[in-house]
Amino acid sequence: MAIYLTKESKVLVQGMTGGEGMKHTRRMLAAGTDVVGGVNPRKAGRTVDFDDRAVPVFGSVADGMRSTGADVTVVFVPPAFAKAAVTEAADAGIGLAVVITEGIPVHDSVAFTAHARSKGTRIIGPNCPGLITPGQANAGIIPADITKPGRIGLVSKSGTLTYQLMYELRDIGFSTCVGIGGDPVVGTSHIDCLAAFQDDPDTELVVLIGEIGGDAEERAAAYIRDHVTKPVVGYIAGFTAPEGRTMGHAGAIVSGSSGTAAAKQEALEAAGVGVGRTPTETARLVLDRLERN
Amino acid sequence: MDLYEHQARELFEEHGILVPRAEVTSSSKEACGIARRLGGRVVVKAQVKTGGRGKAGGVKFAADPAAAELTARQILGMDIKGHTVGTVMLAQPVDIESEFYVSYVLDRAAGRFLAIASAEGGMEIEEVAARRPDAVARMHIDPVEGVTSAKAAEIAEAAGLPPQTVDVLVRLWEVLVREDAVLVEVNPLVRTRQGQILALDGKVTLDDNARFRQARWGAEGAVHDDPLEAAAAAKGLNYVKLDGEVGVIGNGAGLVMSTLDVVAGCGARPANFLDIGGGASARIMADGLSVILSDPAVKSVFVNVFGGITACDAVADGIVRALDSIRLTKPLVVRLDGNNAARGRAILDGHAHPLVQQATTMDGAARRAADLANAR
Repeated sequence: MAIYLTKESKVLVQGMTGGEGMKHTRRMLAAGTDVVGGVNPRKAGRTVDFDDRAVPVFGSVADGMRSTGADVTVVFVPPAFAKAAVTEAADAGIGLAVVITEGIPVHDSVAFTAHARSKGTRIIGPNCPGLITPGQANAGIIPADITKPGRIGLVSKSGTLTYQLMYELRDIGFSTCVGIGGDPVVGTSHIDCLAAFQDDPDTELVVLIGEIGGDAEERAAAYIRDHVTKPVVGYIAGFTAPEGRTMGHAGAIVSGSSGTAAAKQEALEAAGVGVGRTPTETARLVLDRLERN
Repeated sequence: MDLYEHQARELFEEHGILVPRAEVTSSSKEACGIARRLGGRVVVKAQVKTGGRGKAGGVKFAADPAAAELTARQILGMDIKGHTVGTVMLAQPVDIESEFYVSYVLDRAAGRFLAIASAEGGMEIEEVAARRPDAVARMHIDPVEGVTSAKAAEIAEAAGLPPQTVDVLVRLWEVLVREDAVLVEVNPLVRTRQGQILALDGKVTLDDNARFRQARWGAEGAVHDDPLEAAAAAKGLNYVKLDGEVGVIGNGAGLVMSTLDVVAGCGARPANFLDIGGGASARIMADGLSVILSDPAVKSVFVNVFGGITACDAVADGIVRALDSIRLTKPLVVRLDGNNAARGRAILDGHAHPLVQQATTMDGAARRAADLANAR
């Protein structure tokens, strides 16, 4: 069953005709994703050939949805235009908008996540690698060929740490991996994904990857304690990050004594979550837990 | 990016918020003349981007222009929590009747901005909140409506602020939105004995992501105190200098943060954060290596790459070509994992550079790099 994305998902790509959009649309198609169209008002009516498949370009998300029944959009448009693109998708009533774009001003993210919520559109991201349900569909830029379908669910702020864990645990495989993004304001939280994985019969265990900044992991820990019966294994990055410096991701910053990796680890462990000291040890904890189940 | 107090003061003034008369200088000689222009008696305030400068002796009264010069000389060059004072602001003293606190901060979990206000200003808001939680009002702001006069009145009433602060609350919201700030804080906001509402001290943090539409701060943002950070920024690298011996290069912010932690776990200290992103081309690899090798504290370098979209053979090619263009002076430990890892490792083996060694796991490579740094 997986969460948020399945082989039934019909995917639009906003910004498909740009360089990144072209490259990743080809990869999404190769991973079996049903990419039904691109969106670009200046190129409406054309088609773009990807190997053996011609993908139509629509003038708007609404047009694309009407013609194809699309229920997911992946957004690759540049930061300055991302707010308009996501707002358009929400207004068209799409169910899921995956925002890959990095570098969106936070005032824009605050505005479009609130707007999407009011329209019933789930946002994943921004500044995220997207999500993949291995063997079924890939919406975003996660490499599809480093793992296989299986029974682990994964939710992470970081792209490459997601890939690292997907690869280390490739023999077990994953139900769905969700990169929720490294920005201060994101549309889908660790908690949203934990709730979805808890209800997903295909997911037996959840890997939660966090990093410094904010208190999303502490909140997730409280949620796990009260609502999650499936085993959860955690990993937190950024123990050595100095206070007040942004470490790559716009949201990865320790402010005073808040947002530290130590506080996050402590909260997760208090909720019964095993936390690995390295990605490899985290993978080992997962194997141990699955064996005990 | 955090602004200096004097920059925040300027922004407030531009948006019609009353602030004390003030001028900035980096020369104690000039301080004398400035004090004279401001009426003789002034407050001399160190301009540093850190809190607690009052306690550190960075804020002092001066009774006359001669005292202002002397005080400025004392404060300029002072070290406050690792920040060297390069400029001071001289401000006209204000006759304070009462002090308040107001700010707009980003509530990450709610995905909205939060107004925080209190009638107990002048001290750290965290202290007030811990001591008397009832004295601090918090209210989320709707991103579409923003802070209207009605909303501002609601905030002021909840916090017990006088009605004259409503206008300031509306204007501060304008500062936040128009300048693409993620934090605007006034502490204290004061009422003078003459009944004026004045922003006495302020903090503004701008959103680095909004630089493309906030041209005014573009150049300012490029200023780096650390020469290595400046060199890295000039090459477009995502680099943060740290106090250690193991240089680190990796792809992806999360993986690089994790690499720093794993190095620290092996008993060595990371010298830097450097995320070369997805591509890992020869040029980016060469740029990154040259910045790290120019750091005299670095004793070994750890290149930690997970081949996802860019496969490891392409990354290995990039490393080999980078090694052709720079002179490697310190041992380099490379860990390649993921897509085409075996082919990538074979390429590096074939190159057989005497200072390059490989490890197949991240933990093993970190251990190796740490041992090399500790042995030198």
